[in-house]
Amino acid sequence: MVAEPSPQDNILLDVRGLKKYFPIQRGLLRRTVGYVKAVDDVTFFVREGETLGLVGESGCGKTTAGRTIIRLYEPTAGSALFKTRLLSPDGSPQMVDLLKADKQQLKLLRQEIAMIFQDPINSLNPRMSVSDIIAEPLVIHGRGKGPEVEEIIVNLLERVGLRPEHMRRYPHEFSGGQRQRIGIARALALNPRLVICDEPVSALDVSIQAQTLNLLQDLQADFNLSYIFVAHDLSVVQHVSDRVAVMYVGKIVEMADAEELYINPLHPYTEALMSAVPKPDPLYKSERIVMQGDVADPSNPPPGCYFHPRCRYAVDICSKQTPEFRELRPDHFVACHRAEELQLRGV
Amino acid sequence: MAQATTKGASETKKQVSQSYWSLVWWKFKKNKTAVVGGIILIVFYLCFVGLAEFLAPYSLERRSNYTEAPPQIIRFIDAQGKFHLRPFVYGLEKHIDQETRKRTFKEDPSRVYPIYFFVRREPYKLFGLFPTDIHLFGVDESDPAASIFIMGTDSNGRDYFSRILYGGRLSLMIGLLGQFLTLLLGCVLGVISGYYGGATDMFVQRTTEFLNAFPDIPLFMALAAAIPKHWSPVTVYFMLTIILAFVRWGGLARQVRGLILSLREREYVLAARSAGASDARLMFRHLLPGTMSHVIVIATLSIPGMILSETALSWLGLGLRPPLTSWGVLLQEAGTVYAIRYAPWLLWTIPFLLITILAYNMLGDGLRDAMDPYGGR
Ligand SMILES: Nc1ncnc2c1ncn2[C@@H]1O[C@H](COP(=O)(O)OP(=O)(O)OP(=O)(O)O)[C@@H](O)[C@H]1O
Ligand SMILES: [Mg+2]
Repeated sequence: MVAEPSPQDNILLDVRGLKKYFPIQRGLLRRTVGYVKAVDDVTFFVREGETLGLVGESGCGKTTAGRTIIRLYEPTAGSALFKTRLLSPDGSPQMVDLLKADKQQLKLLRQEIAMIFQDPINSLNPRMSVSDIIAEPLVIHGRGKGPEVEEIIVNLLERVGLRPEHMRRYPHEFSGGQRQRIGIARALALNPRLVICDEPVSALDVSIQAQTLNLLQDLQADFNLSYIFVAHDLSVVQHVSDRVAVMYVGKIVEMADAEELYINPLHPYTEALMSAVPKPDPLYKSERIVMQGDVADPSNPPPGCYFHPRCRYAVDICSKQTPEFRELRPDHFVACHRAEELQLRGV
Repeated sequence: MAQATTKGASETKKQVSQSYWSLVWWKFKKNKTAVVGGIILIVFYLCFVGLAEFLAPYSLERRSNYTEAPPQIIRFIDAQGKFHLRPFVYGLEKHIDQETRKRTFKEDPSRVYPIYFFVRREPYKLFGLFPTDIHLFGVDESDPAASIFIMGTDSNGRDYFSRILYGGRLSLMIGLLGQFLTLLLGCVLGVISGYYGGATDMFVQRTTEFLNAFPDIPLFMALAAAIPKHWSPVTVYFMLTIILAFVRWGGLARQVRGLILSLREREYVLAARSAGASDARLMFRHLLPGTMSHVIVIATLSIPGMILSETALSWLGLGLRPPLTSWGVLLQEAGTVYAIRYAPWLLWTIPFLLITILAYNMLGDGLRDAMDPYGGR
């Protein structure tokens, strides 16, 4: 259960070899005929107070990864060490494996990890008032009594830019952006340390996206939060992340400092994604790299590097051997056989 | 959805805040048919269940010498064409049919019995609590020949109107009670089945399929026939309710399960779970309320089936037995060609039954439309 403290002391979450396979069941007897390898051997870490962006095309397993870490899905394999003071008797920090925590430990740990969901309509119970929604985590963990809870709710509402009188209303009376703010307030109710934001702005209007992102950044500073920020779009991630992990078909192919990744991508998939980001400079002649073929099927991925059928730099070895996820430069990880030799274009 | 949001936003200015249920109520009120259905049911339940003793001029088993007497019509204008402010009925007179040599009764215009209101007759307990002896109407019984049978009498000389009132109490209550049990069983098993899945789900699903595979009436008959004859009528009544519920919970459980399966992956459920909510909280705070609108509609629409099943069973002689009296029992007594030929007033039960069923369907349809206040579907 308890692992060695990581050498880098400021690591909050350390995910290693995380796998989540969904069984594919057929027939009357629901026989398992295969697996969707939604998350397939993912390794990354999050430092305290930072934002890790997690990007990748739709269906590459970002949501699944996030949900498996907080045990909304039962993991298939791997570990996710989380630094917490809650489980040690003397209150000293300890690395605890979220994926192996039992029911009681999990309930305690869930006070420190919150989630913000993609869909502002679906993520709020339409039959509960705003105050009930925001109070729910407090009620579950028995924090505070009547007036105290009310005070917390009022503070949270004000903090996310809503008015206290909104608390008697119901979700359908709010706009998309306001609903997402309610979701954010709920996530902050227990004073978490890590917030997993699953595409928190992609369902919102572009004009509201920026506001919401700014709010998230302000809150990060105020509450000393760490974020895992999931997005399918590099330009959003660019805006908020300290470091970025790029995911492709259930695997992380590259992880680095945001700046470093943009200037100096090491994986051809990252390069292709970045060429799709619109440039603000109209004179800039963008050379968009069009990837051939479709995203690999996670239930039947190609051999070797999953990206090789679409990779314009692919050579023989790429279709035979799975590349290792390695630290090529300090703090810059990549899984590509040709990472050393390729000269890839950043922005 | 975008449209609904803007509409919602403009409405919030007028009405400060609307919960889901206030929206449902608002939409329900606009549906006149449904409101009429609802009012009919309220009136029926009030009259039959609450006030039967008060409204009935006689008690359930009170016999008279007038057997199979036709209805005594309430009149305001007498044989001389004179109008009376106080309504009255004519007395009954024995009469031998020349063809069939059968003894029957006829109204006798020479004997007039004025109707008095709030008369003191047989004592009873109002709502089972307050002892009283006031009945809504009656005739002056100092004349032993006086009677008021506004819907005639049966072969034992019992007032049919009073019997329909008392019979309605059992029929209407068995519908509600049975449906309540069905709801309880169906919801709890449906939620558990949908939430836990796996082996639990398999077991519940196969059981409902097993129950559904039987045709209703033979299954009822088999179960009802198993009720020992020596049990007290009240026990039989409750057993019958349980049987009705037991046979019918499966359909509801399946519906609830289906809804739970679709709600289970909703992000608000995941949000609650990620905050550490317990299984019970997820099931009964987040999932079950989401199915409530459907459940209420299904329940409303299936109460008539419940009432009719009881009627059918009792009509077949397998349900309630005298002295317990329900509409089914009344129909059973009336259900002979002889009765239809010579005492057609014994079919008065049918319109009451029909109106009840119709009212439930009107209400149920209206609820179905109202429960979906955001969509125009
Ligand atoms: N509950 C589930 N059962 C079976 N397969 C699933 C389940 N959830 C996700 N998947 C599959 O796992 C893969 C990854 O899905 P996931 O939702 O994690 O992708 P994503 O990166 O979040 O995509 P998006 O950007 O569209 O949200 C997909 O192929 C999806 O079909
Ligand atoms: Mg997703």
